[in-house]
Amino acid sequence: MTLTVGSSLAERAERVSAVAAVHADDVDVKGRFPREAVDAMIAERLLSIQIPAALGGEDASLSQIAEVCSLLGQSCSAAAMVFAMHHIKLSSLVSHGAGDAWHSAFMRRVSDEQLLLASATTEGGIGGNLRNSICAIEIEGDTCRLTKDATVISYGAHADAILITSRAHADAASTDQVMTVFTKDQYTLEQTHVWDTLGMRGTCSDGWLFKGEAPKEQILPKPFAEIAAQSMLATSHLLWSAVWYGIAVNAVARAQAFVRAAARKSPGQTPPGALRLAEASNLLQLVKSNTIAGLREYEAAKADPDRLSSMGFAVAMNNVKIASSETILAIINQAMLIVGIMGYKNGTPFSIGRHLRDAHSAQLMISNDRILGNTSNLLLVHKQDTSLIG
Amino acid sequence: MKQKIRDILGKHGGLPVPVETLADDADLYAAGLSSFASVQVMLGIEEAFDVEFPDNLLNRKSFQSVDAITRAVSSLVGNAEAAE
Ligand SMILES: Cc1cc2nc3c(=O)[nH]c(=O)nc-3n(C[C@H](O)[C@H](O)[C@H](O)COP(=O)(O)OP(=O)(O)OC[C@H]3O[C@@H](n4cnc5c(N)ncnc54)[C@H](O)[C@@H]3O)c2cc1C
Repeated sequence: MTLTVGSSLAERAERVSAVAAVHADDVDVKGRFPREAVDAMIAERLLSIQIPAALGGEDASLSQIAEVCSLLGQSCSAAAMVFAMHHIKLSSLVSHGAGDAWHSAFMRRVSDEQLLLASATTEGGIGGNLRNSICAIEIEGDTCRLTKDATVISYGAHADAILITSRAHADAASTDQVMTVFTKDQYTLEQTHVWDTLGMRGTCSDGWLFKGEAPKEQILPKPFAEIAAQSMLATSHLLWSAVWYGIAVNAVARAQAFVRAAARKSPGQTPPGALRLAEASNLLQLVKSNTIAGLREYEAAKADPDRLSSMGFAVAMNNVKIASSETILAIINQAMLIVGIMGYKNGTPFSIGRHLRDAHSAQLMISNDRILGNTSNLLLVHKQDTSLIG
Repeated sequence: MKQKIRDILGKHGGLPVPVETLADDADLYAAGLSSFASVQVMLGIEEAFDVEFPDNLLNRKSFQSVDAITRAVSSLVGNAEAAE
């Protein structure tokens, strides 16, 4: 790749973030896809940064991708979440598809054509219980077919391909799952639910009846249990946390601008919101440290499938998600208290309503109760890590 | 030991098929062992053999099949005896 001036990853992400910021309110109000921001991602070739260089990408680490998620989250949560979910899907392809001809060629296509990938794990009758499916993929000769009641597929109507989970065959147990890549020309979507929500409106996470048919080599060559444990769960919790951190950063930045404006008007007097700002800054640092620690743990475990599949790693990633999803709400609420009515109102430089509404999705995006239930089960046998540095 | 392990699997594994129909090397996850149930099986084994699984054995691989569980438990029981 030829690098020109102004083309570091951070600079490219900043440019996309600036575009996303311009349209964020309109995306939210209309509940529409953040088209301009995604077009900017495509122009900056951000959709392929995770892919190995040999397949046309840039070998970006998860930490680098998280930094982009956070930058985008600071301007438009929906655009940031689209970017995060695309890269969560890619992480499964990069980790589990690289040795396989079809999936390698597909990654090359994602790079060349900057294809956008969506995810369909949630299913009617199952909810967020990712590791269970009702629907089963049918294999006949060289062809596979799947029908799924996919109740939530973010930007399903705007994606170029969907990675979708199902049982491995008609007689498979509900936990015996596979994940398959279907490209846009290989499926139809019939809308079953409309995404008219409190927040994260621009993710356009409508419900669809998915019907697809494709060559069976498009099924990822590993059980989904391993894909979930070794790439998807960790990258979801980490990249989501990076997006949420970005939302909280922007809310605190707005609150700080408000406090500083008050301080400048009456020097010598500490504005009333200053103490709360200090508290918000403290919580923000906790979310940041928590996310960074999770990213470090992932980068350290990345090369070792056993470590990625260990209970200790699952507990650590679950804890990152729980902490960041809960803490951002406290932070943004604090920012609202600092700013007052100018934060509550839409359309002021200090508006925080959109941030607060978007942040409320974090605890539901794989329900925290479900995740805590999973961790509590693991802790019946896994002993708590007692080291500080690790 | 294998029989005892099979009994525990039958009781706590929540498998949709009878344990007797599974070979010693059959993949228990493919047979429907969930992560929740695998923890229950671990607890059952810890109680029955009076052992504690160290963290390096708490992964999917150790509970992949009856054979794998037998290997894991043997390594622990062996250690316990050696320590006596
Ligand atoms: C912004 C956003 C984007 C999304 N995008 C996608 C997408 O692109 N693709 C996709 O597949 N999904 C997507 N989802 C869905 C998401 O990942 C979860 O699967 C979904 O939010 C869970 O739905 P639920 O709350 O109805 O179901 P459930 O997980 O069934 O939870 C319902 C309630 O029941 C309780 N509950 C259920 N089971 C348990 C348990 N075992 N222990 C404790 N409590 C329990 C919980 O308290 C929970 O509130 C998205 C969600 C959001 C918010």
